[in-house]
Amino acid sequence: MTNRVAPTIPARAGVGLKPQHYRQILDDKPDIGFFEVHAENYMGAGGPPHRWLEAVRERHPLSLHGVGLSIGADRPLDSAHLQRLKALVERYEPGLFSEHLAWSSHGEAFLNDLLPLPYTEETLARVCEHADETQTIVGRRLLLENPSTYVIFAESTIPETEFLAEVVRRTGCGLLLDISNVVVSATNHGYDAAGYLARFPVAAVDEIHLGGFAIGEDDDRHPLVIDDHGSAIDPAAWRLCADALGRIGPAPVLIEWDNDVPEWPVLFGEARKADRLLREVRHAAAA
Amino acid sequence: MLPLRERQRAFAAALTDPELPVPTGVLGRNGRCDVRRFAVYRNNVTAGLVTALGDRFPVVRRLVGDPFFAAMARAYVAGHKPASPLLIEYGSSFPDFIAAFPPAAEVPYLADVARLEAAWTEAFHAAEASPLDPRAVPVEDLEETVLKLHPSLRLIRSPYPIGTIWAAHQGEAEPQPPAAWEPEELLVVRPDAEVLVHRLPAGGVAFAADLAAGVPLGAATAAACAAVPGFDLPYNLSGLFRSGAVIGFTRQEARP
Repeated sequence: MTNRVAPTIPARAGVGLKPQHYRQILDDKPDIGFFEVHAENYMGAGGPPHRWLEAVRERHPLSLHGVGLSIGADRPLDSAHLQRLKALVERYEPGLFSEHLAWSSHGEAFLNDLLPLPYTEETLARVCEHADETQTIVGRRLLLENPSTYVIFAESTIPETEFLAEVVRRTGCGLLLDISNVVVSATNHGYDAAGYLARFPVAAVDEIHLGGFAIGEDDDRHPLVIDDHGSAIDPAAWRLCADALGRIGPAPVLIEWDNDVPEWPVLFGEARKADRLLREVRHAAAA
Repeated sequence: MLPLRERQRAFAAALTDPELPVPTGVLGRNGRCDVRRFAVYRNNVTAGLVTALGDRFPVVRRLVGDPFFAAMARAYVAGHKPASPLLIEYGSSFPDFIAAFPPAAEVPYLADVARLEAAWTEAFHAAEASPLDPRAVPVEDLEETVLKLHPSLRLIRSPYPIGTIWAAHQGEAEPQPPAAWEPEELLVVRPDAEVLVHRLPAGGVAFAADLAAGVPLGAATAAACAAVPGFDLPYNLSGLFRSGAVIGFTRQEARP
């Protein structure tokens, strides 16, 4: 419809698109792999958000990241919400489309958080059913993101990595590997992040997320890491990202910074750092 | 084993009611219940919604200050969870809540300022439509003409000068109190990229509301003149066109 760049997202760094950066991004024309938006912020009928996104999309590939579909909910998916996602996919031709292994709606209420799931045969079946429905209606392959969690459930019987691998096997969806979520969950539950990554079904990973987190304490004074997307990427997450890229090969890497959003050069600096990491991975693979 | 339905019911109930204990089987690191861990989820839900309200109602927040606003928003969030994942729509009933919130009674115009801010966001996200050039409307049979108004159009009437108060709180400058403490009628519209807030003359909101409801110009004018002596039709009508609030017209079929 316009003189858009192709939708394909390169194996480069991208950042989450924030309204406070619209103007500077269009003025500076940064050399960046792609932008990602939260789908729900662009579900109004019209207005400036769509005008800005159209302008950004003309120059850059786009990744569409949903935060409100509630794929892990016991209740049925919201068909109106699925239609809104489908309309956004058709309008903006995103190169990637992703959502979370989590639930956020219960009964009539949207709870506005990515809530954790027990990993059982029942939830596995439910998640697969919802992932299937999403892919069928939206008409795109879904990337499912591994969660950051603060609690586990007594009834869980399936390790998270196996759960994700089985969703991929049953539905043909891909995975969004959130490296920071791995660090957060591993620290919070006292397991080894590298070991988790070794078991992760990396062949299905089409995108990587990196976000900032904050460190607190739980009731037992153990570190409790909060996934708040409110700061620069932690060195531990960069190291784990390097390991992951070494196994997966170059892939799109998104920097998430949604709270206390910094000036554009700071955010762009994180993306350049991720691009340097990707170059090192390529060189190492070629060597 | 606990069915998923039951697990999510208990989790959601404890999430939204801080008086309830952490649900059984929700565990921390050592296989024990951990209040601080569950509190992260409780806090995410509330803090996220309070932030969403603060973003949508910045002038209300500035008028009462951050601590009062946060307390008022938390009280609203406790009883009003979003009905959909579209947080851009969250808080539509916040103005009514403020009007009935006793601690806010000292600021009697607060709820109406909130109505204006809610209308502003609705206009911001409303569907696109192009304003109509008034010369496109034939002057004959004007009385039977039904105007089509912009989908972003919102109308607000207040016994307080809320448009003046709202305008004084845009930007960083120290806001000045209104020169005249009088009722205001406001039209909010987004004819292009920017949301505009216009002050209408007395009777202007009722007139525009009639037109928006599909009342033909003749009948809407008669009602306006009956309600407000000296109602100035050319001034009101040209104002609507100039603001970009009119996007089309139809002719009402003559009654048999």
